[in-house]
Amino acid sequence: MSFAADDLQAIRLTLELAATTTLVLLVLAAPLAWWLARTRSRWRGPVSAVVALPLVLPPTVLGFYLLVSLGPQGWGGQLTQALGLGLLPFTFGGLLVGSIVYSLPFAVQPLQHAFEAVGRRPLEAAATLRAGPWDRFFHVVLPLSRGGIVQAAVLTFAHTVGEFGVVLMIGGNIPEQTRVVSTQIYGHVEALQYTQAHALSAAMLAFSFAVLLALAMLNRRSTRVLG
Amino acid sequence: MNAPLEIRARLARGDFTLDVDLRLPGSGITAIFGASGSGKTTLLRCVAGLERVAPARIAIAREVWQDSASGRFVPTHRRALGYVFQEASLFDHLDVRGNLDFARRRSGDGRTSLQPLLELLGIAGLLDRRPWQLSGGERQRVAIARALATRPRVLLLDEPLAAVDLSRRREILPWLERLRDELRIPMLYVTHSGDEVARLAGHLVLLEAGTVRASGPLAEVLSRVDLPAIPAEERGALLHATIGERDAAWHLAHARFAGGAVWVQDPGLAPGAAVRVRVLARDVSLALQPPERSSIQNVLPCTVRAIVPGAHPSQALVQLACGESLLLARITARAVDQLGLAPGATVWAQVKSAALVA
Repeated sequence: MSFAADDLQAIRLTLELAATTTLVLLVLAAPLAWWLARTRSRWRGPVSAVVALPLVLPPTVLGFYLLVSLGPQGWGGQLTQALGLGLLPFTFGGLLVGSIVYSLPFAVQPLQHAFEAVGRRPLEAAATLRAGPWDRFFHVVLPLSRGGIVQAAVLTFAHTVGEFGVVLMIGGNIPEQTRVVSTQIYGHVEALQYTQAHALSAAMLAFSFAVLLALAMLNRRSTRVLG
Repeated sequence: MNAPLEIRARLARGDFTLDVDLRLPGSGITAIFGASGSGKTTLLRCVAGLERVAPARIAIAREVWQDSASGRFVPTHRRALGYVFQEASLFDHLDVRGNLDFARRRSGDGRTSLQPLLELLGIAGLLDRRPWQLSGGERQRVAIARALATRPRVLLLDEPLAAVDLSRRREILPWLERLRDELRIPMLYVTHSGDEVARLAGHLVLLEAGTVRASGPLAEVLSRVDLPAIPAEERGALLHATIGERDAAWHLAHARFAGGAVWVQDPGLAPGAAVRVRVLARDVSLALQPPERSSIQNVLPCTVRAIVPGAHPSQALVQLACGESLLLARITARAVDQLGLAPGATVWAQVKSAALVA
């Protein structure tokens, strides 16, 4: 199986997007998940629902709203322009924002469950051992949530690789800038280039299977190690 | 003698109210004893700052940890305390060494050797194990060592033996006695086991439904008859005694206390060793004359000090003065009537069983 230059370009862009999204999202999702896991605020319900929205919304709806809000007339667009970032739609930055929103629940939910599973007791024990709040989070909560963190990272990465609707709406399909594997396949099919579409699709299928298999094996190992 | 511990706290949660005002000795073990739900653990958590209650005043070792009057509240991680939870609560992501280091590094003294602690608790061989590779007793000893590695000024123990089976309990108790005798810090020890109290404590706080029923030196509180909070089966006197002569042929030793002496199983201690002898009220019967040709080895002349109704209407609890020491006897109310017992009467206390507890 060999890929043309534009296919390779799409693969490279896809991996870059997925990796960046995963990194940014873990940093953003950790405090949010921690808050959701610990709070008794009445805002917990509404915030959980908003975080879960990308799970149920058609990606085109999500992409449409992002496109509008990040456009020149939207509040997001005015903000990015004021910050000197220019307009994000149809750029890698726009794709990144879209991916972050789209994959949010896949990062937040595993983290939240892992944090909840840690429970109160290890934190209290750490406090009696002179560990302050940040110390407790970094040296007790995070290591004890290792399984959930890996799961969140893998799911976010894989889910970003597989996105299509949001990418199409906010990224367009611009070669070398916003053309990722999923839109590249779409392009091949539209142009009746079934051989190329086959190659890329098979690669995606193998990748997805490998990810899920790795995750399953990882889960088994972490329950054995921590059990 | 260190400064006394001051613990004043009030907390209302649902239909439970904790309301205590205690001054406790600044050394030795203070047992906090009571039925489940009496507020023992909550009291300990208040001292640790794990429960933020008001109004409260907590002062330990001349340091005020909490004072509602001035709005002072020192968070748990800035309190120089060691806390041992009911379940050991070791960190699963660290081995034993990692758990101990976690505590040592944060006490601002990363260089002190852990060696004395490892020896004190007999865990030197476990350093590379993970928490789940330890037995319940080992886990609890590591938890105690970890709490001590922070070099606390007070050690709080919340039923450290509750999650440990009986034989492991016997394995840990001697370690706890060693801690009591070798460390100079006060310990608050929450328990609902009369055995552990009799064996370890010097001071006893009796909690009932969130209120302090009694607080005082152990032997004094245990020999009181006005404390229904002590379960009937646990009732009994505690005698501070020294080992006297030994009867090697029958494996017995004479334990002398202020006002008398009893024969106990020979513990193999040298004459002069200090021991605690626990005499349960249910093991003491009374006679008006010294019994002849009886299997009972310990018969003590006593004076009746008080008679109160027992836990069941058929029973009575008799407080006896044996020289300067007090004993308790649980007998039937009918026997009180038939023997014509009343305060001031002279009786012979027949002690069926006297147990060395330490």
